[in-house]
Amino acid sequence: MTPDAPRIERISAPAGTGFRLSGDWSAARLAEPANWASLQSGLALGAAGQALDVKWDLRDLQRLDHTGAQVLWNAWGRQWPRQLLIEPAQRAMLSRVEQYALPPPVARRTSAWQLFLALGALVWLLIDHLRDATRLLGQLLLDTLRLLRAPAKGPWRDVSGHLFSIGATALPITALLGFLIGVVLAYLMSLQLRQFGADSFIVNILGLSVIRELGPVLAAILIAGRSGSTITAQIGVMRVTEELDAMRVMGIAKGYRLVLPRAIAMALAMPLLTVWTSLAALLGGMLAADLTMGVTPAYFFASLPRAVQVSNLTLAMGKSVVFGVLIALIGCHYGLRVKPNTESLGQGTTASVVTSIAMVILVDAVFALVFKDVGI
Amino acid sequence: MSASGPVAPVAAAAPAVVEIDKLWSVFHTAGRDAVVHQDLNLRIEAGEFMSIVGGSGSGKTVLLRQILGLERPARGSVTVLGQPAAQLGSEGAASRVGMLFQHGALFSAFTVLENIGFALRELGTFPAALIRDVAMVKLQMVGLEPAQAHKMPADLSGGMVKRVALARALGMDPPLLLLDEPTSGLDPDSADGFVALLRSLHRELGLTVVMVTHDLDTLFELSTRIAVVAEKRIIACGTPTEVMAHDHPFVHDFFLGARGQRAAAVLRQPPVTE
Repeated sequence: MTPDAPRIERISAPAGTGFRLSGDWSAARLAEPANWASLQSGLALGAAGQALDVKWDLRDLQRLDHTGAQVLWNAWGRQWPRQLLIEPAQRAMLSRVEQYALPPPVARRTSAWQLFLALGALVWLLIDHLRDATRLLGQLLLDTLRLLRAPAKGPWRDVSGHLFSIGATALPITALLGFLIGVVLAYLMSLQLRQFGADSFIVNILGLSVIRELGPVLAAILIAGRSGSTITAQIGVMRVTEELDAMRVMGIAKGYRLVLPRAIAMALAMPLLTVWTSLAALLGGMLAADLTMGVTPAYFFASLPRAVQVSNLTLAMGKSVVFGVLIALIGCHYGLRVKPNTESLGQGTTASVVTSIAMVILVDAVFALVFKDVGI
Repeated sequence: MSASGPVAPVAAAAPAVVEIDKLWSVFHTAGRDAVVHQDLNLRIEAGEFMSIVGGSGSGKTVLLRQILGLERPARGSVTVLGQPAAQLGSEGAASRVGMLFQHGALFSAFTVLENIGFALRELGTFPAALIRDVAMVKLQMVGLEPAQAHKMPADLSGGMVKRVALARALGMDPPLLLLDEPTSGLDPDSADGFVALLRSLHRELGLTVVMVTHDLDTLFELSTRIAVVAEKRIIACGTPTEVMAHDHPFVHDFFLGARGQRAAAVLRQPPVTE
């Protein structure tokens, strides 16, 4: 037997007018849009203040749960009607709602003063971030000194594991993207250069831009998205599952065991990935130049050393080390700030990736300014 | 809660709330099949407080997950409220079955009140004010203060997490409530309070309750019937007194040890009146 839909109908008995309720007044049935809409008109009369003077007959109800009782109670203006025909179980349900019903909350309005305070809180948050980041950097320096003093006792297994996951497994994707960027760049440049008959300058432009700028930045942005997020999520989950607290209780320094190995692995993997990405981009560019302008690979190889000084490569590698350490530190920073809930973990990971990429581009600009006389 | 009143006496012909027939639970791990249940039969009637007990790893929680439709039977059938258990996960499941998970499983991104009103809000019809009112009633029914309503789950103590999880399980007044270790991780005082709460809810709301527990005190305080899982099936099922009289080494060790004797003392006392 399936219970009927909830219904409310007006009765005009000799004793006086009133409402009769029938059907299944449970949350699942009330929530069916058709039922809910049809009940609103009947209940609106109750809300209009006449509810208490008319008769309410609940004896035909097949089922009344807390949601149904709450709907009724609200319609009655949160008080008992004077004439009520009801079964004991329903009265118990309504009594429970009466006992626990609270007045609706007062809507709070935000004043200008609260907005001002919110701005202050934002400033404090920024200061807090900077303080944490400074502490993290300082701890990394101290841990590096500790490692240099006793290299044999370093967390080398961790370093090698991270080196594999950050570096080795990123080789295919960085190569693919580097290659495609190289092809696209060389093709676009060839269209322009041909107008001036400056075909052979493709080597200079492509070589310099890829080796000096594109290679390091492209690799860093890819790794920030790929491994920066991993670092934040790993450490964040360790916070959620109290693993960080467990490490602290055992006297294991999280800076030395979590941050340092990741920073070392990043510092080693990033320059290597940069060279790898640059090579793939040059290869793509070389192929595109050969196909579109007939610049042979032999010519490309021969003129590249003349066009691009070795100091550019050194600069790129140096930049990459800084990028790598930055990505690792930002990842760890946001990971350690995760609070034990899923939302915070998601926000931390997003913030980590966005900050890493922004910082990589910012620091690259600083490098470009500082080393503007080197290698060009 | 039918209009005929809570804890109505169940007619013999009434369909069982949970009916498990020749259930096989098999897990495939590393090329090997681990059989957890073999031809397990169990029938739970409306209004019962059924406890499932058994040693660690005997498959109590798996049995609970079978009733919830979270595991699939390898063979046999699990019928809950007249439907195969596998169909429970569909829309509106919250109005049929409530589950109190061992660690609460509260949604950590939501406040206490949002957790309790979650199933109602998902229906998409009710106005926010009504959902808030219903959730507030549920919150206080499980013995929490209205002031706790806007806390996040991470800020709650273990006992409060259990209470909020119970309030969420009862969110849409399901007739069947499943409990996995409801008193584990609670201090004796909180555990006693929680047991009293469960007893009063079972009586007032006319719920059918299925509970998995290791805690003998909780077991004897609450159960109207006990099912013992061992040797991949139910070896004994009946009232606490009947089960304790059952002659089986596991039953003997489980109930008649020193802890069991102390806890079973409650059976000899007159029932507590509240």
